[in-house]
Amino acid sequence: MNKYKYRKILKKYEGYLFISPWILGILVFFLLPVGYSIYISFTKWTILGKPVWIGLDNYSEIFRDKSFYNSLLVTFRYAVFAIPLGMIASFTIAFILNSDIKGLSFYRTIYYLPAVVSGVAVSLLWRWILDPEFGLINSLLAMVGIQGPGWLSDPAWVLPSYILVAIWGAGGGMITYLVGLKEVPSSLYESAEIDGAGFFTRLFRITIPMMTPILFYNLVMGIIGSFRKFTDAYILGGAGNQGKFYLVYLYENAFKFFKMGYATALAWVLFMIILMLTLLVFKSSSLWVYYESEEN
Amino acid sequence: MRIKDIELLNTKQKSGFKRKKITKKLIIHLLLIMGGITMLLPFFWMVSTSLKENSLLFQIPPKFIPSPVALHNYPDAINTIPYMRYLWNTTFITVSKALGEVFISAFIAFGFARFKFRGKKFLFLFLLATIMIPGEVTLIPMFIMWRKLGAIDTYVPLILPAFTGSAVFIFFLKQYFSAIPKELEEAARIDGCNSFQIFYKIFLPNAKPALITIGIWSFQGSWNDLMGPLIFLNSYKKFTLQLGLSMFQSLHKVEWGQLMAASVMTMIPVLIIFFMGQKYFTEGIKFTGIKG
Repeated sequence: MNKYKYRKILKKYEGYLFISPWILGILVFFLLPVGYSIYISFTKWTILGKPVWIGLDNYSEIFRDKSFYNSLLVTFRYAVFAIPLGMIASFTIAFILNSDIKGLSFYRTIYYLPAVVSGVAVSLLWRWILDPEFGLINSLLAMVGIQGPGWLSDPAWVLPSYILVAIWGAGGGMITYLVGLKEVPSSLYESAEIDGAGFFTRLFRITIPMMTPILFYNLVMGIIGSFRKFTDAYILGGAGNQGKFYLVYLYENAFKFFKMGYATALAWVLFMIILMLTLLVFKSSSLWVYYESEEN
Repeated sequence: MRIKDIELLNTKQKSGFKRKKITKKLIIHLLLIMGGITMLLPFFWMVSTSLKENSLLFQIPPKFIPSPVALHNYPDAINTIPYMRYLWNTTFITVSKALGEVFISAFIAFGFARFKFRGKKFLFLFLLATIMIPGEVTLIPMFIMWRKLGAIDTYVPLILPAFTGSAVFIFFLKQYFSAIPKELEEAARIDGCNSFQIFYKIFLPNAKPALITIGIWSFQGSWNDLMGPLIFLNSYKKFTLQLGLSMFQSLHKVEWGQLMAASVMTMIPVLIIFFMGQKYFTEGIKFTGIKG
């Protein structure tokens, strides 16, 4: 009897037992630092002394800070070009790969490789490839008689350099599109074919509308990814501060200039920007994202 | 028209279709091969550079196949970086983190997938919300907290948080666990298994593709991480490969041959892990998809 009762109590609380590591993590590694960071963002603190309360001064300073606007612009411009181009590239690769030909898994692996090996090594590789004099790209261009641009050493070419790297890594996003393409019912294509729909009609009337949830997901992830871009930007840099992405600027404030309060305020502004952009995309989704369940 | 004629017409049409299909396939192969070469060219260039004498690096037009082949860039890189120490440091951090993230996340996901308790819905929504909040918001306070605890320049700040699970992995595994038939669990309960036994005897083995998938993700993420080691580690001896590489290129005059040799060696472990788990990887993703 006692044993039974004991079991019943255990059963009631067992769920908590299993999720307890997460609860602990949320308290210690999330809520506590989040609370702490709100406080820090209202202080002036060079880490050595004591934090001095300055109210909203950090935030008002941000909006007067030219470097802040520069990093915002760099990040924003990158997002505007790299996200759509990357999405088109990923989708095209997935679209071509979604056919019944031999050696599919081989191709899939090759296109996915850039996503596997990201990190400092890849960024260094790109610095070498984009070397204005002896890099791969300009050497190849020189062979056909074209004088290549200065890439990272020319402010005007920094953004295209980053876009190039992003497109090369587009294979990473391919997986989600592949999964989505497999889920488009073949009956849709068959009936369209009977109705005499050509390749482009099928692409724009069936495939792309059916893929909008996945395009939506990748758009959101792309926005978050651009604002959290760090490793590439830290290693590649770029002339004229054109490679100073938001997170690099934040990192410099915190760990180079030791402006803890200011950098934390920058982190909160980053959070607000990501939140607003994500909400905007979510709001717009009813206009262009197709969900099957709504129809049924 | 006789039946035979119709049959003849049919076969003619069919072979026409077939020819069209073959050309279509050829075009697809051609496109894929061209794209594939573009994808692989940077890697090829990296390996080629790593095998070149310094004097050959600045040759125009560049030679893809180096002659003579200079293998010494590899031992040189191992000695100057110091590669072996960083390899060990990185492996230690990455493997510890992966063990924590995979098994603790699975433990937590099991709790969310298979038990009823008060506040579950709220807690799960909260979990999803934490995915949306960028880790950078907590970065600086975490640095200050670890500094107060005297844990800067140790691996504790890098590894310990992994042992409270990762929100993305918990979400992913919860989806996976929810699809495991209830009957399996009930049969085991009748046999006298407690919840913990059910977890590791039934759920863990059944979720092998998913566990391997997130294991690869975790490995990749920690192996390639720069920000964490950059902030929490100070002494050269404790650096990871990524941090070592980034320091190497900023301190020394850039020796592209050595640097590319070191880069090749840094990529290889991730590639091995990826190829070993690839079979499960696609299976794992396919299952959960992203629709959730």
